[in-house]
Amino acid sequence: MYEVVAFYLFSVLTIGLFLVTVMSKNVLYAMTSLAAGMVLISGFFFILGADFLGVVQLIVYVGAIMALYSFAMMFFDATKDIKEKNTSNALVFLLGGLSALVLVLMFSAPIHSDAIQALYPMHEGVGNAQDVGIVLFTKYLVPFEVAAVMLLVAMIAGIILAGKKMDDSLTEDLSADDEILTQKDEK
Amino acid sequence: MIGLSHYLIVSAIIFSIGLVGVLRRRNLLMLFFATEVMLNAVNIAFAAISHYYNDLTGQMFAFFIIAIAASEVAVGLGLLIVLYKKYGSLDLDDLASMKG
Repeated sequence: MYEVVAFYLFSVLTIGLFLVTVMSKNVLYAMTSLAAGMVLISGFFFILGADFLGVVQLIVYVGAIMALYSFAMMFFDATKDIKEKNTSNALVFLLGGLSALVLVLMFSAPIHSDAIQALYPMHEGVGNAQDVGIVLFTKYLVPFEVAAVMLLVAMIAGIILAGKKMDDSLTEDLSADDEILTQKDEK
Repeated sequence: MIGLSHYLIVSAIIFSIGLVGVLRRRNLLMLFFATEVMLNAVNIAFAAISHYYNDLTGQMFAFFIIAIAASEVAVGLGLLIVLYKKYGSLDLDDLASMKG
């Protein structure tokens, strides 16, 4: 019963928040609703019994990625609305709907076959984190290490790309500086 | 009772929301947000299939998707900052250098 209520609550809220993300003209609104939607998605993971995945979703997505976005927001002017020349909405929604239909067919095709069998079954009485750890460090050890190297490469690339010429002003708004200086002089 | 198809339908709806965002947005930062929405939708589908088939493989793939998303954001935001320094705008129409 609780599961049903939680599922419908989470799905309605997540869909609404992500619609705000996609439709909003303001970057700050979009980012905030994206973060809230990701918190609710971790709720889905907790319902599904994937506790460790939910915690990782909270830490990595809501913690790290959203913090990265909000730091990057300091470089761009986030307060003004984005003006976009949108293509015709009807065409976009038609294409989006058609691709969603194809997606549902792709997802549901293997479900109707009985060929699926569990490769790494979950164990009763063992916590999800233990189960995940055992599979991750035995069967998926090499992809895990490759992912670690990939994160290191991404970190170095981010530092190199963003860190160059950090002392230059991005907004190039020298008049604001002059204004502050004259105000200081008047005092 | 909530079944696997409920989760897959929610996941498909969220994925198509992200897809609509990718198709109609012109700002690069908003395109990134729409990509995150799509990645999250796929993660829901993986976790749901993993739960209903009692198999851990789906959760493993979701972990690797999260790692890939994190590195994509790190590199992508660096590129966005470089682009913004160079052109002063993140609009795709302003950034088009090849007039076709």
